[in-house]
Amino acid sequence: MRVAVVGVGQTPFSRGCGMSIRELCFDAFRNAMENINLTSKEIDASIICSAPEYDKQRSPAGLISEYLGLTPKPTFYAESICSSSTTGFKVAYSFIKSGLHDVVAVIGFQKMSELSSAEVQERMGRGSDIQWETPFGSMMPAGYALYARAHMQKYGTTEEHLAKVRVKSGKYSVLNPLAMFQRLLTLEECLSARVISSPLKLYDCCANADGASCVILANEEKAKKITDTPVWIAGVGSASDTLSFTNRTSLVGLTCTVEAAKQAYKMARIEPKDVDVAEVHDCFTIAEIMAYEDLGFCEKGEGGKLIEESQTYIGGKIPVNVDGGLLSKGHPIGATGGSQIRTIVLQLQGEAGKVQVDGAEVGLIHNVGGVGVYANVIILRR
Amino acid sequence: MSFSVFGKVSYVSETKVADFVKYLEDGKIMATRCKRCGKLYFPPRADCPNDLSEDMVWESLSGKCRLLTYTTLFFAPTGFEDDVPYTLAVAELEEGGRVYTRLSRDIKEDEIKVGMELKLVPIKLPNGKLSYELRKPE
Repeated sequence: MRVAVVGVGQTPFSRGCGMSIRELCFDAFRNAMENINLTSKEIDASIICSAPEYDKQRSPAGLISEYLGLTPKPTFYAESICSSSTTGFKVAYSFIKSGLHDVVAVIGFQKMSELSSAEVQERMGRGSDIQWETPFGSMMPAGYALYARAHMQKYGTTEEHLAKVRVKSGKYSVLNPLAMFQRLLTLEECLSARVISSPLKLYDCCANADGASCVILANEEKAKKITDTPVWIAGVGSASDTLSFTNRTSLVGLTCTVEAAKQAYKMARIEPKDVDVAEVHDCFTIAEIMAYEDLGFCEKGEGGKLIEESQTYIGGKIPVNVDGGLLSKGHPIGATGGSQIRTIVLQLQGEAGKVQVDGAEVGLIHNVGGVGVYANVIILRR
Repeated sequence: MSFSVFGKVSYVSETKVADFVKYLEDGKIMATRCKRCGKLYFPPRADCPNDLSEDMVWESLSGKCRLLTYTTLFFAPTGFEDDVPYTLAVAELEEGGRVYTRLSRDIKEDEIKVGMELKLVPIKLPNGKLSYELRKPE
């Protein structure tokens, strides 16, 4: 029995959206339910995804499930920081594959602007090992900056390579009305921006945002009744790495990505070269370059060359993040994975508008939690 | 001694390896070694996942290490704002294990080179707390 994605939805990603978390989730859910033959009553379970340290509501699953009208059906809460909604997606897939449920909704959200900047920064530090790393003043950009420095040292990757990832992101951002930053950026602007955590500068980093996403999954029989354009789940892979930096076996790539990708490719019976369009977790520019390599779109160490040759633009070898990616869309932690899935589903349905990759048959989603602590890789097929 | 004396801002007060800070005060950097499988742990662990044993011994480290990677932060998390800019680094210890800590301010930016020899040394912070940092070897 196959499992399909039958509906996808997303709110604009922004700051100061004027909505509470329940309303954000409702908008994403309503968007996913548009133009499909499904009522709320036919949804057998929901999985609510966010990073709880940003939430003021304790146990948000109950609240969201209520506001969306999904009670008394079971609701579950999934968390793996920035990859929460692809983790929720995998749980939903498993529920359907096992026969427990026929139709499951995965709703991811985050309202990061509820917290002050100082509160957000404090939480960022606590994403590291609080016993042996946080006491030295660690934070998210520093984690990826340590990878960037090691990658530059080993492979000759340059700050210009990093900037070129953001220039690509800017190019596609102006075609995505849901992106928080819809702005073209020049290479010079990126290279001359202020340093956040060397070698990463302002435009090498994504930004906190508010937003929600929704993905609805169904078994094969139901999927064909719900929509004429189901998108099939061909592979799902998940892996973890040590949370601490001191126990990482690589400082030039994410081993959790390599492992999750291996599982997903094997399950889908494809190779990296078979992927037509991909969404990768570009929370920082270096993260996109490492993802090219760790997902097998190029040899290890050649990520810089891949962007240098513009191979990840539409028309290149493998178009990546043609919705602007996290760098331009903004990164409302719990909503990000669902937004990536939405982009790939629209591509495979031929509904991606100005950024449509012609004839896209196979799409890949790569979503990472923390500085390479958790990774989910999903392969979808038309 | 409570482990909360470790680091500028502490989030852990109780741990089975709290003696680490007592040694640190005496000027020693200590690792733990599993008596069953012989594996050396730095940062020190109280429990060995290889054989689920808590039969560990403390072992002194020379502090000799090599720089693997680094970054200089111009924005800091809450509690560290006064320190910027500061440099975080990961170094490989001669005896095994790795350390994540600050690079001493005595090392000028243009002197920092991945692969350079460094020494991990215990320090007392201005607020009286205990820590360690990476310095140029004497």
